[in-house]
Amino acid sequence: MKISREDVLRVADLAYLDLSEAELETYRAQIDEILEYIGKLNELDTSKVEPMAQVLSDDQTADATLREDLVVPSAVAEDILKQAPDAEPPYFRVPKVIER
Amino acid sequence: MSEAWTINSVRAAIAAKKASAREIAAEYYRRIAEQNGKLNAFLTLCENRAYAQADRIDALIAAGKPLPPLAGVPIAIKDVISTREVRTTCGSKILSNYIPPYDATAVLRLEAAGAVILGKTNCDEFAMGSSNENSAYGPVENPAAPGCVPGGSSGGSAAVVAADLAVAALGTDTGGSIRQPGGFCGIPAMMGSYGRVSRYGLVAFASSLDRIGPFARSVADVAKVLQIIAGRDPQDSTSTTAPVEDYSAALSNPVKGLRIGIAKQYFAEGMDEGVRKKIAAGIELYKKLGCEIVDIAMPHTDYAIATYYIIATAEASSNLARYDGVRFGPRVEGDTLIAMYRKTRGAGFGSEVKRRIVLGTYVLSAGYYDAYYLKGQKVRALIANDFRKAFEKVDAIVTPTSPVPPFRLGERANDPLQMYLADIYTVTGSLAGIPGISVPCGRIDGKLPVGLQIFGPAFGEARVLQLAHAFEQAGGATL
Repeated sequence: MKISREDVLRVADLAYLDLSEAELETYRAQIDEILEYIGKLNELDTSKVEPMAQVLSDDQTADATLREDLVVPSAVAEDILKQAPDAEPPYFRVPKVIER
Repeated sequence: MSEAWTINSVRAAIAAKKASAREIAAEYYRRIAEQNGKLNAFLTLCENRAYAQADRIDALIAAGKPLPPLAGVPIAIKDVISTREVRTTCGSKILSNYIPPYDATAVLRLEAAGAVILGKTNCDEFAMGSSNENSAYGPVENPAAPGCVPGGSSGGSAAVVAADLAVAALGTDTGGSIRQPGGFCGIPAMMGSYGRVSRYGLVAFASSLDRIGPFARSVADVAKVLQIIAGRDPQDSTSTTAPVEDYSAALSNPVKGLRIGIAKQYFAEGMDEGVRKKIAAGIELYKKLGCEIVDIAMPHTDYAIATYYIIATAEASSNLARYDGVRFGPRVEGDTLIAMYRKTRGAGFGSEVKRRIVLGTYVLSAGYYDAYYLKGQKVRALIANDFRKAFEKVDAIVTPTSPVPPFRLGERANDPLQMYLADIYTVTGSLAGIPGISVPCGRIDGKLPVGLQIFGPAFGEARVLQLAHAFEQAGGATL
């Protein structure tokens, strides 16, 4: 077994994701099977391989340069706040975070 | 007006005043009203926006001004691509009421070129799936194979074009999500190189893999749409400044003498016999067209699915952290901030998305990062290198798009690993960042469509389109 029930609980905690009892066991079994399958990558010796961290590599004419840091007009705050489930412009409102 | 329009015929009819852009849009909305109840391919229609754009095109004609390249062409947009003031759900409950405050660059460019945006198409939730059955808004039926899935994740975009409810559509491809539904629905469908089309406004699934690309009913129309959306966008730092070739001009270049690579790793065990025969006939057709068929080795193909499901889920677990009930979408209240996050996400995401968040978080977590994520990135480099070496010997690589033909709705829904394995021939190109197209390659027993996939080297879109066009013109669709 590659992944235990405790692993799934720990990962769901990290991901802030509520899972039901049924989901917990189903995902554990399915992810276990997937990780078993992924284990085939260990057939390959990659000790001398550089990880591919960028898709646009040197031999492609990529321009991944950063833009100038310029101030440009942006008047979308109001539109964005309209999408919030609980907004008090110009703020997003959330449950109380700090106890006093 | 029941005709099957093309980009050219729409433009010509409007230019000759045989039909107005408004009449053509209205005709498409009539077709949608008739057929969408059965297909479930459109999730949201934007008539006001479409007619306003159609009226702008008709005003150009009235004023005797020149028409832009996609004048009046009705186009559908996958619902993971942002559209200003038009609901964008990503096929998820967690964005059921989300109205983007801005347009994706690809959408802006289509409208600037005269296209009429009809509405938003159904898809697997956050583009995670191969059958469109992971949508929170119900499955889509394949118009080319009734009772079957349209493929996924861009199943709605493929279905609306195949059913002639739009002249073209935009989809997105992360591991095959344009090419596989194109193959399943019997129409051409293309993803350009990574960086070729701006991702600005595309709701992120896996940022190092996601690409926007077109569906249409001919390769010529695919080329025309790609031409408009391709090119550098300052809003996406991964969009490239590599020059955009003239795709339409390249279509008629002769294919005689071009070298096409065939790798035995793409004809592996477990492949459907019907698909195998059609692809063999497709390769024969290329021989008749004067192409040279070259055996190549792609030794790491068999590791692509495992690599893909590490990298894609890792990136997804990070990208989907933003759905937290604070900024958009419905919120499920909780006593604390963390409880609110957990409940909102637990209720808002569907099962495939949750499964991938758990897997992606796991492969990135302390103690497992090197064994999974880093290993995946290294094998990704090996897969990309297989392609780089192959393209030293050949101009393009031909493979099946999918090892199986369209399957029945519900048939594979309960086995995620089996569903993932159906992406085996598309994910390789996704990992390598190269362009690929699926073109129709006959139908099994005259019924189930088969797609033939053509890969080219990075930024070799023109060559890929040229080979696809030659195949189509030589009767590839009726093999």
